[in-house]
Amino acid sequence: MTKLAPVLSAHWDEKDSFTLEAYKRHGGYKASEKALAMDPDAVIQLVKDSGLRGRGGAGFPTGMKWGFIPQGDNKDHYLVVNADESEPGTCKDTPLLMANPHVLIEGCIIACHAIRAKHAFIYIRGEVTHVVRRVNQAIADAYAAEILGKGVDVVLHIGAGAYICGEETALLDSLEGFRGQPRLRPPFPAIAGLYARPTVVNNVESISSVPAIVMNGAEWYQSMGTEKSKGTTLYSLSGHVVNPGQFEAPLGITLREILELAGGVRKGHKLKFWTPGGSSTPLFTDEHLDVPLDYEGVAAAGSMLGTKALQIFDETTCVVRAVLRWTEFYKHESCGKCTPCREGTWWLVQILRDLEAGKGTEADLAKLLDLCDNIMGRSFCALGDGATSPITSSIKYFRDEYIAHLTNGGCPFDPVASTLFVGAGA
Amino acid sequence: MAFSPEDLKIMDSIIKRYPRPRSAIMPLLHFVQSKAGYVTNEGIELIAKQLELEAAEVTAVSTFYTQYKPSAIGEYHVGVCTNTLCAVMGGDAIFASLKDHLGIENDGVTEDGKVSLEHIECNAACDYAPVVMANWEFYDNQTVESAKELVDSMRAGNPKPPTRGPNKLVTWKEASAVLAGLNDGLAHEGVQAGQPTLLGLKLSKEGK
Amino acid sequence: MSDVAVEMITVVIDGFEVTVPKGTLVIRAAEQLGIQIPRFCDHPLLDPVGACRQCLVDIEINGRAFPKPQASCTIPVETGMIVKTQLTSTVAEKAQRGVMELLLVNHPLDCPVCDKGGECPLQNQAMSTGQGSSRFEGVKRTFEKPINISSQVLLDRERCVLCARCTRFSEQIASDPFITLNERGALQQVGIYENKPFESYFSGNTVQICPVGALTGAAYRFRARPFDLVSTPSACEHCASGCDMRTDVRRGKTLRRLAGEDATVNEEWNCDKGRWAFKYITAADRLKVPMIRNESGELVEASWPEALAVAAEGLKAQKSAVLVGGRATHEDAYGYSKFARLALGTNDIDFRARVTSDEEREFIAAHVVNSSTTYRDIDKADQVLLVGFEPEEESPIVFLRINKQFRKRALKVISIGSKESIAVEKLKAQFIKVAPGQEAAAVSSQNLTDKSVILVGERASESAGLLTAVAALAQSSDAKLAWVPRRAGERGAIQAGAIGNLLPGGRPVSDATARNEIAALWSVNSLPSNIGRSTSEIIAAVHSDEIGALLVGGVDPLDLDDNHSALAALDKAFVVSLEIAPSEVTSRADVVLPVAAVAEKSGSFLNWEGRARSFDAAVNDSLNRSDLRILSMIAEEMGTSINLGTVTAATKEIATIKDWQGERSKMRSVSALAQPNLSTNEALITSWRRLLDLGTLQEGEENLAGTARQTVAVISEKRAQALGVADGDLLKISTAEGFVTLPALIENIHDDALWAPRNSRGSQLLTKLNAVHGEVVTVVRA
Repeated sequence: MTKLAPVLSAHWDEKDSFTLEAYKRHGGYKASEKALAMDPDAVIQLVKDSGLRGRGGAGFPTGMKWGFIPQGDNKDHYLVVNADESEPGTCKDTPLLMANPHVLIEGCIIACHAIRAKHAFIYIRGEVTHVVRRVNQAIADAYAAEILGKGVDVVLHIGAGAYICGEETALLDSLEGFRGQPRLRPPFPAIAGLYARPTVVNNVESISSVPAIVMNGAEWYQSMGTEKSKGTTLYSLSGHVVNPGQFEAPLGITLREILELAGGVRKGHKLKFWTPGGSSTPLFTDEHLDVPLDYEGVAAAGSMLGTKALQIFDETTCVVRAVLRWTEFYKHESCGKCTPCREGTWWLVQILRDLEAGKGTEADLAKLLDLCDNIMGRSFCALGDGATSPITSSIKYFRDEYIAHLTNGGCPFDPVASTLFVGAGA
Repeated sequence: MAFSPEDLKIMDSIIKRYPRPRSAIMPLLHFVQSKAGYVTNEGIELIAKQLELEAAEVTAVSTFYTQYKPSAIGEYHVGVCTNTLCAVMGGDAIFASLKDHLGIENDGVTEDGKVSLEHIECNAACDYAPVVMANWEFYDNQTVESAKELVDSMRAGNPKPPTRGPNKLVTWKEASAVLAGLNDGLAHEGVQAGQPTLLGLKLSKEGK
Repeated sequence: MSDVAVEMITVVIDGFEVTVPKGTLVIRAAEQLGIQIPRFCDHPLLDPVGACRQCLVDIEINGRAFPKPQASCTIPVETGMIVKTQLTSTVAEKAQRGVMELLLVNHPLDCPVCDKGGECPLQNQAMSTGQGSSRFEGVKRTFEKPINISSQVLLDRERCVLCARCTRFSEQIASDPFITLNERGALQQVGIYENKPFESYFSGNTVQICPVGALTGAAYRFRARPFDLVSTPSACEHCASGCDMRTDVRRGKTLRRLAGEDATVNEEWNCDKGRWAFKYITAADRLKVPMIRNESGELVEASWPEALAVAAEGLKAQKSAVLVGGRATHEDAYGYSKFARLALGTNDIDFRARVTSDEEREFIAAHVVNSSTTYRDIDKADQVLLVGFEPEEESPIVFLRINKQFRKRALKVISIGSKESIAVEKLKAQFIKVAPGQEAAAVSSQNLTDKSVILVGERASESAGLLTAVAALAQSSDAKLAWVPRRAGERGAIQAGAIGNLLPGGRPVSDATARNEIAALWSVNSLPSNIGRSTSEIIAAVHSDEIGALLVGGVDPLDLDDNHSALAALDKAFVVSLEIAPSEVTSRADVVLPVAAVAEKSGSFLNWEGRARSFDAAVNDSLNRSDLRILSMIAEEMGTSINLGTVTAATKEIATIKDWQGERSKMRSVSALAQPNLSTNEALITSWRRLLDLGTLQEGEENLAGTARQTVAVISEKRAQALGVADGDLLKISTAEGFVTLPALIENIHDDALWAPRNSRGSQLLTKLNAVHGEVVTVVRA
């Protein structure tokens, strides 16, 4: 039996899949019709019953989040879709929106109805011009077809290069026209979000999952996945594999199963380490090939399901180089608001650069870990925490490799060996 | 450059997208780049005036986001992903060779003003690694040679088209207009998805 | 007094119980127990931000512990909360040490050359919470040091810990977001927009609240070490806001002034003039010895006995009057008041050295005396009406208080005037635009309640009938009324009776009982009973030979309308001048007696609320004497005693004077004047003094002057079109007396009006035009 279960991706292989016509061809906008005929609370209950959990990384139950919005408060409510996909390794929302933006718009209509909002904003990262075109055109087409503008308005807001805006309160500040720095919580967005009004912030994949749930029912969705992680989701496989790509499967599939489908690690090489859900999730190794990739399974193994961004690195990859590069990313993307993240990532990079160059002593590893301890759980938001994950997990599994840099007086790896075009005369 | 009455009308329509004017600051900055190529002082002051803000407040926002450029860049802005996965798979080599090939450093612009170069962070296309972006359009599965050919084609005035994008690469200013939320009518061009995006679906249809 | 009972919450911090009002932040509840949690970004008057993470503590609520340490500056107390600070939690202790280490990683540690050294929260807390040595072996972040973000404020980005106190102050308190956090991550830095410096009237507060040496003031830079300074609590002499201040002196020289703390008045803020205008105290040309005019008409130095004798003789020989400016302390004003009545036997005294009216004098006696409107009334107001008053320019702390309520609860503000001001824009006030001189009708049409506050400025006297209308509105609506003069001494001068229609304690001169009470206090049989002359009447009386001598203290005749006439009167009369520095009065005086500046004496001001703001001498070894001591000596010399040898004596005597309980004098109604007809090239002028201008107490403060607002002439779009001018084109504004030429600025102003600053560089309207409000001027392209 197939391990895969394309729902979101079911029609992506049709050339015009991004058009309104194609979307309608497969029953598009029927779910919103159905939902609009339902009581809003019933829609929330349906989503609760389905077991859908946030696909942006944290896995918070979507229906419960909707249920936090105060009802009958005579205030404007807002839906904000987080399409600021920027976590290293994460590449699911971007192809989804390029191939089928209408499913997100339909999800917005349903979610707005459920939370009694009239306004949805899609906050998309700015570094994807063609995806912006597709979503913008889809919105325009939906207005022209009077799907939007009759009760629900959708505004596309385009970012400008800031990973931190994936953090929901930073995203709200950014959307309000400020620097994208995280806000104090409480108040939580459900009480005082966009423009200090009750706001739901959901990931693209979460909202896009809603139309199918409405059409097929909670039980159908429940029937897929594992006990506490229901439904299907997009796993994004990248790196040193024969065939990278998107794999939509029920939650709980293992990396071993996905790798088999993808033709395995590239020929002549073996798996060294991988991320289960982006660079902020602690690294796994070949010990973890059979960990069920659901929220509980990954957590039990010491990491996080995150965005299901499966970045695969084979034995040609230097883990110190990999970790340094991620750390440079966190330093670059730290918003600067809080001390531990701003100064800590800046310092981490310097230590790791020295280590990669073979400078320093084993005592520097202890310093590195202590520094991570002073950042983890001390920062304003989770960015600082995420920055420490690759460092602490890599030292846990590959301490010897760090030390080898020191004894070797530099990196023992040949960087060419890990490139895609090795042997192609590059 | 001066902003025309027509430009001001567009800016006004951007502001009207939002319940509160200040929200328009980001698309307005993209719009300024679509006209001036980067965030000029004139643009900052104009936005401040339109949104009833201090110019300092606009500066605070424009300097936070890396896509807003403080000085002129190339007609084609090339970003090479050097985040871990792309770097390891060839991004580092591509970036190094482009610097050498173009004779510019990170954030540099070629003398003819055609190409600027920047190493960028993960651009959400890891299954197409190594990735190069030009004016934030996708150039998937690049090699050192293909990247050099790409920038050469730009300098020759006939840039190669994106792998997942419109049939022809638009200029930096034209792309900035798209990022300001303006519709250039090219959404229907290009593929709906690349092969890696479709891999799982294909395997599923094969019963795997 | 609170309107609702505040719920109290008991929490345990480090094993000690403390009960605090609901909403109190953990960091402040700890303070109640004397537990100091280190902090940088926290400031009690700014919104919590939780950015620096220095104040991390362990918290559990009803047995449930937070999984990670929490910023105590952002978390309000809750019932059942147990807090463990660095004193009892090793986790909190390590977290704090960790944050401190990170803060110091990029700090230059240049304390030996830093102004903040010795009073630096970073330095202090690095000692209490930091490691003995650093584990950092890398390369520190460097920036160009320091950069001017205004002519007065310098920014050293290397020292900055990015606590955002300065940027939050500028936005949340001053509504001047001219400095912001720019860039991102490790490159985040405070900055300005490159073409607009940090020219906020309140910029100095950011220097004061900066917890490191990142923001410094040019005036104090490299001048002293905090431990070499002697600090004295003081009160600000610059305006009637009444700021509590601290004056720092080293070896007799004032080097720095800081905002003091008074929650009821200025909270912890002050304006840049109060902070940075004090060089006049140490100016090279300060008067030090008495002078008398010799037979050849030259001023020559004299001994005190000689000078006092000449003064006494001259004042005794003819009918004399007293002009005391609005900057005298309450005690000194009392001295002048008593001197006029006892030594000179006259009620001819007026503290109003500015454009005034008889209507105003009656308004003062009827409505300002014993007025009890306060800052607290602004806090509670349903709306605030501003009449002839620009709070940001003329009483900056009043502006901050209104702004606080505007930001907190969108307090409605209404401003009646001819030109929309920057403050009116910042307060999003309802601006009622009228032609200069036509304010009264607009006032009369307001609907206020007994919760409203009317703040009327001294410029209201410049429109006939306006104070009449204000008084009527206050009466009909029961709104709280306050008169906010610009100068620090005016309210005290009223209380002291330094005006022709009032005796001390608000007693009407016209009331026999009132006169008898004061006569008894002063141990004399009777006091003069006629209403005294006003400033302009006194000057006229000199010209008509009814008055032959003037005792003048702290008056600049150029602040008067018809100042040619005033100068001529000074030339003509026998003049005794009490002054701190050479002036248009001393140059015309027959006797010049040097007196102490505020910093050199003790005393008090009554601020616009009537609240006493007392201060001690900050400079202790000054030989200069307060005005009242000198007045006592002149009186002795004249054979009359006023018994005010010391400020203490005056304070004691003033304390025995109860406020007048009898009937207040009535105010006669004055009608507004009809608006004059204007030809195309004519406008009605209007103006006010800007906070930073050519005021004499700001002399020599070049860094401060560099932050003043640009001198412009404001006209409406309609007039600009008629004249064919654009912003920046020069306008020539003239009257029969003269002209000024100023760059035009097109703004929201009444079409019939033209606004220019009253006393700024290039725009000294009183001396150049003898026109400040409501007069017809000719406006043409220059």
